[in-house]
Amino acid sequence: MVGDAISHAVLPGIVIAFLFTGSRDSLPMIIGAGLLGVITTFLIEFFHRYARVQADASIGITFTWLFAIGIILISVFAGQIDLDQDCVLYGEIAYVPLDLWITENNLSYGPRTVWTLGFVTILIVAFIALGYKELFLTAFDPGYAAAIGISTTVWYYLLMTAVSLTTVASFESVGAILVVAFLVGPPATAYLLTDDFKKMLFLSVICGVVAVVIGYYLAYWLDGSIAGAVAAVTGFNFALAFLFSPTHGQFFKRRKAIPV
Amino acid sequence: MSDFLEFFSFADANIRYVTLGSVLLASSSAVVGCFTLLRKRALVGDAVAHAVLPGVCLAFILSGTKNPFILLIGAFVTGWISLVTIDYITSRSRIKEDTAIGLVLSVFFGIGILLLTSIQHSGNAAQSGLDKFLFGKAASLVGEDLIVFSAVAVLLLVTTLLFYKELKLLCFDEVYAKSIGFPVRSLELLLTTLTVFAVVVGIQAVGVVLMAAMLITPAAAARFWTERLGVMLVLAALIGAFSGISGAFVSYTAPAMPTGPWIVLIVSMIAIMSFALAPGRGWIARLLRQRRNEARILEENLLKLFYQLGEQQEDYYSNRTLASILERRNIPKKRALRGLKKLKRQGYITRHPEGWALTAEGETRGKRVVRLHRLWELYLTQYLQLASDHVHEDAETIEHIITPELEQKLMEELNYPALDPHQTRIP
Repeated sequence: MVGDAISHAVLPGIVIAFLFTGSRDSLPMIIGAGLLGVITTFLIEFFHRYARVQADASIGITFTWLFAIGIILISVFAGQIDLDQDCVLYGEIAYVPLDLWITENNLSYGPRTVWTLGFVTILIVAFIALGYKELFLTAFDPGYAAAIGISTTVWYYLLMTAVSLTTVASFESVGAILVVAFLVGPPATAYLLTDDFKKMLFLSVICGVVAVVIGYYLAYWLDGSIAGAVAAVTGFNFALAFLFSPTHGQFFKRRKAIPV
Repeated sequence: MSDFLEFFSFADANIRYVTLGSVLLASSSAVVGCFTLLRKRALVGDAVAHAVLPGVCLAFILSGTKNPFILLIGAFVTGWISLVTIDYITSRSRIKEDTAIGLVLSVFFGIGILLLTSIQHSGNAAQSGLDKFLFGKAASLVGEDLIVFSAVAVLLLVTTLLFYKELKLLCFDEVYAKSIGFPVRSLELLLTTLTVFAVVVGIQAVGVVLMAAMLITPAAAARFWTERLGVMLVLAALIGAFSGISGAFVSYTAPAMPTGPWIVLIVSMIAIMSFALAPGRGWIARLLRQRRNEARILEENLLKLFYQLGEQQEDYYSNRTLASILERRNIPKKRALRGLKKLKRQGYITRHPEGWALTAEGETRGKRVVRLHRLWELYLTQYLQLASDHVHEDAETIEHIITPELEQKLMEELNYPALDPHQTRIP
């Protein structure tokens, strides 16, 4: 759920970055939102640890609060801001090809978002490749990780920065809520299919790609939002894994139970 | 100021609707929120809020009208399904609850968006206004909405009152509730239904994202001020109502301001203040308590050192230099000096040119600490069979905590001993 919280809470960061630079350039927005993402994680931890608010409530309070601030900021500067609530909430990936990156001498490099997303993807892959051992240990055995000298706090915040970066990069295309489906859906599906962490990483990437391809055609067929369709397919994927996974599926669990 | 008077005279029908609607909504969802919070399922409200969207769209597609009643039924059905799905996924697989919530929330919402955009692109003229469900429209509430709101608010409040005892038991001791034959499963369903009700209605005023705050935040704030469920419910309702009024007031004075986000902003501010300032559970209160404890432990340790020095030289009241005290125990010099000055103010020691000396009260208090320390060491060796060189650390902590009643009990248990395990006298 921290992903969900971050994706909502980065809104004020985006608005503030927009107010400062006055443009919709991706870089300042990503910086602003990334900062807010880290602040969000920090606030959640702070409320939970120092004020002893129970964990789920501290998540819920933090992100709704920041989101409300974001909306209020948008309304205050409504006249000057070219951001609207619809876009924030569910984005529109279909507009991506319209926003081209054109240099001063009129050379077109194709859609701007593709470049930002490509850059973020490389960054994330590099992050995971370089920090694989640390991330793996922090996730599975924080006690051991701390014992061999890995700072779990640093890696936790690094991971959360990566989460906010991804969220923000996908923001324009899919919006704040559906990005959660992309963050949670494929890993949850993969988690039901395998017990090996590396396999889980690859499987979740495959799940994501499959969902996007099918989702695109579904949206085309229904003439609806692409992001929405992809999220729906992600859910369908999960349902399939939930029911028919060879190791953890409901269907086989029951069948296995009968002979015993 | 004139704005203020005009607003609170409620002369304008629009103001009346908006304010009353916000208050009813905020307070009734706060009451339901208390129960979900106490059951540690605060984020479930968020999931329902998002899951409502496909229901609204489906109801519209199937019925072709925007009759609020039909849309509400649709919303209710999918909201309810989403909660049952979350429960099912968490109980039947190894997926954790927060993952299940995130998944169900986003997938349901994705389906909703897909349907919504599909409807919008279909060119059906009647569709406009469906997205009110997404962002809320507290500022444009009308009489009709108000009737629905009050009906639901009353329904929620009456149900909570009727099932107060049952719900309370469900929140605090589910196993006991089951063992005395309460229908726990049905009670859970009842609570789920209440939550969905609160969300479905509230969402029209504050929108999908902020609905979660209406459930969680007042309840979390109220939790910090009291340990009693009844008081907590009333407090949460009051906090909700107050932020409802203030939100409506802000959007009245500044018409461009959206009501819903202001309500949430105000309620969050109240909550954050509560986390910091509430007596007892609040952050500052706890810090102060910690400080006081630290100070007391330092004082008692110092008095103990005076007493031990006195014991050694069989003279409790002569002057000791700071150096001779710190020789026995390593306390940072500044801290020790601060503690000594405080003890002097309280009359436990006096200051002389060549050092510090115990007063009679100081001697009594120091003696008690030493006594408790040695009693506890004896207790540990006799009853827990610990070696006598292992008990000192533990006694260092407990000597500051033992109450006079406990002391009496220890004396009786140990049969009024004279010597501790290190063969020193217990004073």
